[in-house]
Amino acid sequence: MPGPNKSYDPVEVAALDPAALDAAVAEALTVFAAADRLDSLKAARLAHQGDGSALSLANREIGALPPTAKAEAGKRVGMARGRVAKALAERQSQLELERDRRLLIEEAVDVTAPVARRRIGSRHPLELVSERIGDIFVAMGWEIAEGPEVESEWFNFDALNLGVDHPARQMQDTFFVAPPDAGLVLRTHTSPVQVRSMLERDLPLYIVCPGKVFRTDELDATHSAVFHQVEGLAIAEGLTMAHLRGTLDHFVEALFGKSLQTRLRPSYFPFTEPSAELDFRCFICGGSDDHCRTCGGTGWIEWGGCGMVNRDVLTACGIDPDRYTGFAFGMGIERALMLRHGVKDMREIFEGDVRFNTQFGMEI
Amino acid sequence: MRAPVSWLTEYVEGVPVATGREVAASLVRVGLEEEALHGGGIAGPLVVGRVLDFVDEPQKNGKTIRWCQVDVGQNGQRVSEGTPQGVVCGADNFTVGDLVVVVLPGAVLPGGFAISARKTYGHVSNGMICSAEELGLGSDGADDEHGIVVLQRLLGDQDAANLTPGDDAIELLGLADEVVEVTVTPDRGYCLSLRGMAREYAHATGGTFADPAEMASAAPNTSGYAVRLDDEAPLNGREGCDRYVARVVRGVSASAATPPWMQKRLTQMGMRPISLAVDVTNYVMLELGQPLHAFDVSTLHGPIVVRRAQPGESLTTLDGVQRTLYPQDLLITDGGTAVLAIAGVMGGAASEVGPSTTDVLVEAAHFDPTSVARSSRRHRLTTEASKRFERGVDPDVTGIAAQRVVDLLAEFGGGVAEEGVTDVDHRPARPRLDLDPSLPARLVGLPYSHDEVVETLREIGCDVLEMDGAGPKTPTLSILPPSWRPDLTNGPDFAEEVVRLRGYDQIPSLLPRAGSGRGATHGQRVRRVVANTLAGQGFVEVLTYPFVSEKNHDDLGLEANDPRRTTVRIANPLSDEAPLMRTSVLSTLVEALRRNVSRGARDAAVFEVGLVTRPLWEPQAAPVPGTDRRPDDVTLAQILDAVPPQPRRVAFALGGDADPAGWWGPGRAADWTDAVGAATAIASALAVELVVVPDEHPPWHPGRCARLELADGTLVGHAGELHPKVVAALGVPSRTCAAELDVDVLTVASDVTVQARELSTFPVAQSDVALVVDETVSAAALESALRQGAGEMLESISLMDIYRGDQVGPQRKSLAYRLVFRAPSRTLTTKEVNGLRDRAIATAATAVGAVQRGA
Repeated sequence: MPGPNKSYDPVEVAALDPAALDAAVAEALTVFAAADRLDSLKAARLAHQGDGSALSLANREIGALPPTAKAEAGKRVGMARGRVAKALAERQSQLELERDRRLLIEEAVDVTAPVARRRIGSRHPLELVSERIGDIFVAMGWEIAEGPEVESEWFNFDALNLGVDHPARQMQDTFFVAPPDAGLVLRTHTSPVQVRSMLERDLPLYIVCPGKVFRTDELDATHSAVFHQVEGLAIAEGLTMAHLRGTLDHFVEALFGKSLQTRLRPSYFPFTEPSAELDFRCFICGGSDDHCRTCGGTGWIEWGGCGMVNRDVLTACGIDPDRYTGFAFGMGIERALMLRHGVKDMREIFEGDVRFNTQFGMEI
Repeated sequence: MRAPVSWLTEYVEGVPVATGREVAASLVRVGLEEEALHGGGIAGPLVVGRVLDFVDEPQKNGKTIRWCQVDVGQNGQRVSEGTPQGVVCGADNFTVGDLVVVVLPGAVLPGGFAISARKTYGHVSNGMICSAEELGLGSDGADDEHGIVVLQRLLGDQDAANLTPGDDAIELLGLADEVVEVTVTPDRGYCLSLRGMAREYAHATGGTFADPAEMASAAPNTSGYAVRLDDEAPLNGREGCDRYVARVVRGVSASAATPPWMQKRLTQMGMRPISLAVDVTNYVMLELGQPLHAFDVSTLHGPIVVRRAQPGESLTTLDGVQRTLYPQDLLITDGGTAVLAIAGVMGGAASEVGPSTTDVLVEAAHFDPTSVARSSRRHRLTTEASKRFERGVDPDVTGIAAQRVVDLLAEFGGGVAEEGVTDVDHRPARPRLDLDPSLPARLVGLPYSHDEVVETLREIGCDVLEMDGAGPKTPTLSILPPSWRPDLTNGPDFAEEVVRLRGYDQIPSLLPRAGSGRGATHGQRVRRVVANTLAGQGFVEVLTYPFVSEKNHDDLGLEANDPRRTTVRIANPLSDEAPLMRTSVLSTLVEALRRNVSRGARDAAVFEVGLVTRPLWEPQAAPVPGTDRRPDDVTLAQILDAVPPQPRRVAFALGGDADPAGWWGPGRAADWTDAVGAATAIASALAVELVVVPDEHPPWHPGRCARLELADGTLVGHAGELHPKVVAALGVPSRTCAAELDVDVLTVASDVTVQARELSTFPVAQSDVALVVDETVSAAALESALRQGAGEMLESISLMDIYRGDQVGPQRKSLAYRLVFRAPSRTLTTKEVNGLRDRAIATAATAVGAVQRGA
């Protein structure tokens, strides 16, 4: 390759020769195209575009040309340099694109790998059902009332029209606190909360009382000495059994959906009169199997008791039974959980096995 | 209570034949819930057969089988038409010519026992000759229990003469009869009888009730067996016995058998036939609901005296148990001395009718429900009689029931009734009750008409008088409830009868407007936040039984005088191993952790929110006021005060790895920071500031226990690593960490309305300092001093490193903090920041002797 034409020489040097220019351009383009990485392209750029490159030399030679030749040579060299620069830029962006693509491919991970790097906790489904029930009633304008689990006999029995000789008091399978004259029991239902509410709150009264209750049952598939109830109590002027039914219908629909059929059947509780039991249509057999193990062939599953608050209960709580009427109901939350989610065995609710809880998540 | 369908429908006319299931469905509508169905479940061919011939064939196993040829008639011929059937039989209590019951291939016996021809003992046996047991009948009295039913013996020669081989035995013996069993609620004592059940069945179906008690009974006279009612200590002013009917039947044949139909009914009702006298009293009790007792007259010496027990008296009851009597027990005595029975509960063994009894004294009495209930409870003795008396027996049926027993003993035992009829009758008059006829409509929400109310009440047996209201008052009803309904005492009771008979399915559905509620309380919301925060921290919520033992306290390393050992004790615990109410939630939660680990979960983190019981130091008995009005405020306060405080707590525990191991690398073992961290997370979630102070408090490791307080020093709880001894005693993973916090304290502390701070958008300036202090200086104390010194411009402070080693010397540590400063309304200069930092260091130097590292 010729050196720079430092002295004035009107003779056209080889670098400015059109053929040589074309050859230099062609060579540059070939080398750029052959560069398969950004660093080899960088080397090619220095060789074919750098100060020592043929085109740079040619460019510098232009100054030495006679004025008449300058314009034409300048145009020729400029075009050649332009072609090289364009090719370089194209190749550059092409290789950058390839590099980026390769980098993303190289950085790819197996997103299906398990990612349980932190322990996931969960709520107990029974508590979630309980909260949901509370929410249903709060949405209706009711309030949630609570009370102690070790309770006085007066609240748990006497005030609820369960005198000491009442046959129903014997059915309660009560845990008594020692000594017997302490007058304390583990509450057998959440009804004492109703009594406390009637004594403490203003009328009209609309409350639900979810909570833990106790009966002396051994733990098996369908029984537990500790279980949960939700009771409701409404006291106002003019309340009727129709309001009771309406409330229960709404409650059942909100918790179980529209498809669940229910019935009220006459029953007996000392604290309500008239009294009723709320049954579900058996969700397994729908009443079509005489040998159904879920409903015993009756077609119905008992959920809880209800009725119009007994006059004697209102009286004991200082409420005028001639002016006010009220209704009350009480249901087992375990049974709701079991029915709603197909839990087969009561023991799973109380054993604390984390595998049981985690299947329900945080919203039920 | 059971009711065979055939017996039940005997007293109800005008109702189509119904299956057991249908009868149960009718009864549930009037409040008698189905408990079970018995019987039925039998399908033919089951026929009368005549034994034509048999050969006894001894077998190698020592048994002798009988290879019989039996004529089963045209109807029974399914296997080989027109010829006698060969049947193998294991019993031998029959002979040629006997009529027996033969079950043939294709039949199904009770219990789903399907019959087919099968090869046995070298013969093909085409069915089976049946025993009473196999047919679901009781014993026929003459044969042993496993004996074959011989129809001449069961039905008598006369009836058997009309039978032809091949006759359907299901129909003949009533084997298809189903028995409905229902639950009788305590207010419906009258339904513990076929009489009462049939009455309700009539109500449910619209049939006509034919009262079995509608019968004549002999008029009382003065020549009967002497009876004296001598209750000197009536309960609640009610005489223990207000009616006593005594009848004597003499010459009852000791060998007389109970008729098979009666035995069958007793068996269907779940009772065992015993002897004619006993069976008849049981039968009449089931029929009319009146418990009866039969005494052997020959064992009696004086008049029957009904009185309360005296101290020291005892009685050996029919069940062979000698019972010491309580002074409140009402007794039946012989002449006032020898005790014959605990009234209404159980008779004594000495006066029991036995195989040699011929003269029987029949007792039909009416006892006070409370008196019987208390005796039954005191003696832990619930009998068919006590169940009925407790719930109320019809006091008008007493004489009729006695008459019915007398009649049956005469008819089947050949006895002769004495003319004397004793009826000591102290029944108080039953009061009439007033009812506003609009009450049922007002209570139920259905417009029952006046006539509908009156009609319904008459239907259930009330005597209803319609009174014109005086003046502007609406007419009222004057009602005398029927004698068998002591439960009807006020308006709502009558309203229930109306809605019950008119149908609960008629009640409309109407949602009441509850007014305006205030939503969940702060405390209820706090509880959700606590639980949800812990779940978010990786803990799983569990529910445990709140029962613990002394050993549990020992395992937790509680000192002898630890207040957590002051417990409420259950008088009748489920298990003697756990008779105490928990005083901490952690004490029961650890068992859930242990169970998870034992079930293979190497790492587990659990929590529970629940109540604990912290009894008062001096428990006081709660008063039991009457319920005829609201207790006065003093009494009410006493009741409330007697209930021990039951604060709500949250406890959590974790063992194994806090962060699991996996392909990403090793796990991170749970340590005390997880416990304290989760406690802090709860406090943050509630916007409560927690102060952490080192503490020594069982069951925690004394060097790794944090006491958590509010800013004012109020105790919130403890967190940290459990004591190694506790870990070993409880069998939980080593280094198990745990915490217990008082949710009630957090609830109160968080019940403030947070006021927002203005956020500065000026740049932050940070400055790092490393301070060396003695080991005994807590990080919290140092940080507190730095905060105080740095002043209000300090936005945050983080502990970046803790260093112990040669560079700081023994018993010293270096703590490196990053202080972040920001001013509310301008950019801080470097000079200002350095000044604040230096003030922080100076304050720390003064407060805890901190020295800047390298200085």
